Amino acid sequence: MIEIVSASRCIECDICVRVCPANVFDPVRKQAPVIARQEDCQTCFMCEIYCPTDALYVAPCAEGPTGISEAEVEAAGFFGGYSRALGWNRGKPGGSENDPTQYIRTSPR
Amino acid sequence: MTTLRQSVQAQRRADRLDLVADVLVIGGGPAASWAALAATSEGARVVVVDKGYLGTSGATAPSNTGTWFVPPGAGREAEIERRQKLNGGLAIPRWVDRTLHRAWQGLHALAEWGYKFPNDDSGKPYLTNLRGPDYMAFMRRRVLRAGVAILDHHPALELLSESGVIAGAAGVDRQHNRPWRVRAGAVVLASGGCAFGERMLGATGLTGDGYLMAAEAGATLSGMEFSAQYACTPKNTSLSKGVPFAWASYYREDGTRVDTANQERFAPVAKALLEGPVWGRFDKGTPELNGWLRQGQPNCFLPHDRAGIDPFTQKFEVMLRCEGTVRGVGGIKLVADDCSTGVPGLYAAGDAASRERVTGAITGGGGPNSSWAIASGNWAGTAAARYAAREGGNMAERNVVAMGRAGLRPAKIARPDVRAAEAVQTVRDEFLPIDHNFYRNETTLRKSLEKFDHAWCDVRDHLAGSGTDAVKTREAAALVASSRWAFASGLARAESRGMQRRVDLPATDPQFVCAFETTGLDHIEVKRCAIADTVPA
Repeated sequence: MIEIVSASRCIECDICVRVCPANVFDPVRKQAPVIARQEDCQTCFMCEIYCPTDALYVAPCAEGPTGISEAEVEAAGFFGGYSRALGWNRGKPGGSENDPTQYIRTSPR
Repeated sequence: MTTLRQSVQAQRRADRLDLVADVLVIGGGPAASWAALAATSEGARVVVVDKGYLGTSGATAPSNTGTWFVPPGAGREAEIERRQKLNGGLAIPRWVDRTLHRAWQGLHALAEWGYKFPNDDSGKPYLTNLRGPDYMAFMRRRVLRAGVAILDHHPALELLSESGVIAGAAGVDRQHNRPWRVRAGAVVLASGGCAFGERMLGATGLTGDGYLMAAEAGATLSGMEFSAQYACTPKNTSLSKGVPFAWASYYREDGTRVDTANQERFAPVAKALLEGPVWGRFDKGTPELNGWLRQGQPNCFLPHDRAGIDPFTQKFEVMLRCEGTVRGVGGIKLVADDCSTGVPGLYAAGDAASRERVTGAITGGGGPNSSWAIASGNWAGTAAARYAAREGGNMAERNVVAMGRAGLRPAKIARPDVRAAEAVQTVRDEFLPIDHNFYRNETTLRKSLEKFDHAWCDVRDHLAGSGTDAVKTREAAALVASSRWAFASGLARAESRGMQRRVDLPATDPQFVCAFETTGLDHIEVKRCAIADTVPA
C-alpha cells in the first residue's frame, strides 16, 4: 500500500491526486498531498512512476500498512526504484523500447 | 460548435455536470481507449468516463502483457486449432480469427502512431508484447489528441434510458462530490471484469459495475462460471503476474517439493495451499533468463527487492489470488459481431464482455485478452457511433430515466446498519477461498449462494448511498450480484471444464459443450444454450 509521501521531495504538483486510479490522495493547499484513503490503495505502484520527483513509496504488502518510515525508504534507496527499472524519468514514460520480454516469451519453460 | 471539452470547462463551477454526446464510453482501460478512438474516427462526439484515471486504471496499466499476435495464413489456422484443443471446445473459430485479425491491425496501427515497441532480432517492431504503463499512457495521449473528453474520477453509477433505449449514464465526480449526467446516442460498457474484491494487481475498480448496469437494462450474461482463474503471488502482495512463476519451483513447509509436472500449472499449488503454507523460488531459469525477467518484469521483483530477498536463490511464501472474470471469461453476452448486447444503444467491449467465443473455458490472461480489448473496443466503438448517428436524434431533447436500483435506491427503508463494507466482506469470504472457487463443489456453492442471496436482499432493500458514498454502495451491489451469477452458473454447469473445477464432478461431460447464460437480479435464471455464432455484420 501507499505509505509515504515525502514532504521533502514533493513539489506539490498533485499529479498523484489525478493519476491514482483508486483515488487515495487528497490535495492540500500549499502542501504535499495526504494519503486520505489508504485502505483503497490497490498497490499498483502507478503513483510512484508518475511522480516527477520520486516522492512516493508503495510498500508491496497489499493487505495493510507496514509502518515503514521515510528514513528507512531513503536509506534503502527505494524512492524511484520502480521508475528507474522501467526507464521512466521525471514522471514520464520511457524505456519500453528496451523491454527484453520477447526473449522471456521464447525461452524454454 | 462548442466542443465537449469546452462544455466541461464552462460547467466547471456548476452544481452538476450535464453533457450531450454521441457516444459515451464507460471505463478507462485499453478497450475503452480503443472504443473511444474508433467512435471518433466515425465522426462521433465522444465522452469517456472512468472511475479512476484513463492511463492507470484497470488490470493492464500496472502490468506487462503479451498480445495475441498471429499473422494471417497457415500459422493462424494452426493457432486457432491449438487453442481449440485447450479451451474446452467452447470457442468459435470464426470469432477467434476475426479477433486475431482486428488485433493484428490495431497493433500495427500502434506502431505506426509511434508507440515504442522494442525491435526483434531482425530489426522489426516486436508487436507481441505491450508494457502496460507505457501503453496506457500512450493511449491516453492518443485519445486526448482525437478530441475525446475524458472525465477521470467520474464513476458511472447507472445507465439512463428512454423507453427501453439506452440514452446515457449518470454518476458522480468523486473528487468534487458533484453529480454528472451524459446523455448519449449510444453507450459502450468497457468497465472491465470483476475481481470479486480480491487485491490482485489493478483490481480496485473492477467490481462488476458494468455487469450490474447491463443486467438492470435487461442484458444477458454468459460464461460467468468461468470466474475461477487464479494467479500465484508473493504472499500478501498484489503482484498477481504469472510470467516469472513459469520458472518457479514450489515447496511445502517441510521442504518437500510440490510436483507441478504435467498438470494445470497452479492446481498442485492450490492443493498444497489447502494443507499448509507454500514457498516459491524462481530456480528453473538460466542466469540469462533471470536477467531478462528482472529487466522485463520489474514490478514482479519489487516485493523481493523491498524485502531484501533474492527470489532466484531464496524461497518466499506464496499465495494464490483470484482473478475472477478479469483473467477469467464471463461477462456481458454479445449478440452480434458489432458487440451489441441486445439492449438497443448498449454495447460491451473488453473484459466487461464475455470472451467465451474467443477463449472458451480457459483464461484469456496474457495475449488473448489484450488482443480482445483492441478488437472488441474497435468493433463496439464503431458500431456505437453508427447507431448514434442513425438513431440518436436530438439527445438534448430526450427525456431519460435513471435505471439504477440496488446500492442506489433501496427498495425498502434505508437502514444505516446495512453497510457496503459488510457486503463486500461476504463476497471476499465466500468467493475467494481456494476451496470455494478454485475447487468448487455443490455443497459449498449452495452455501455461498445462500449467503450471497441474503446479502443481495439486504443491499437491494436497505443499502443507500448518496454523493461519493454511492460509489461504494454501488460497488457492493455489483460485487454481490456478480458473485450470485458466477456461482449460480457454476452450479448449473454440472461438470469440470477449463477453469471450472468441480471436485464433485471432475469429469468433462460431452453434453456440456454449451454456454450457460444468466439473467435477472432478484430471481436469477440460468439457461443452458448452444454456443451460437453470430451473424456477420
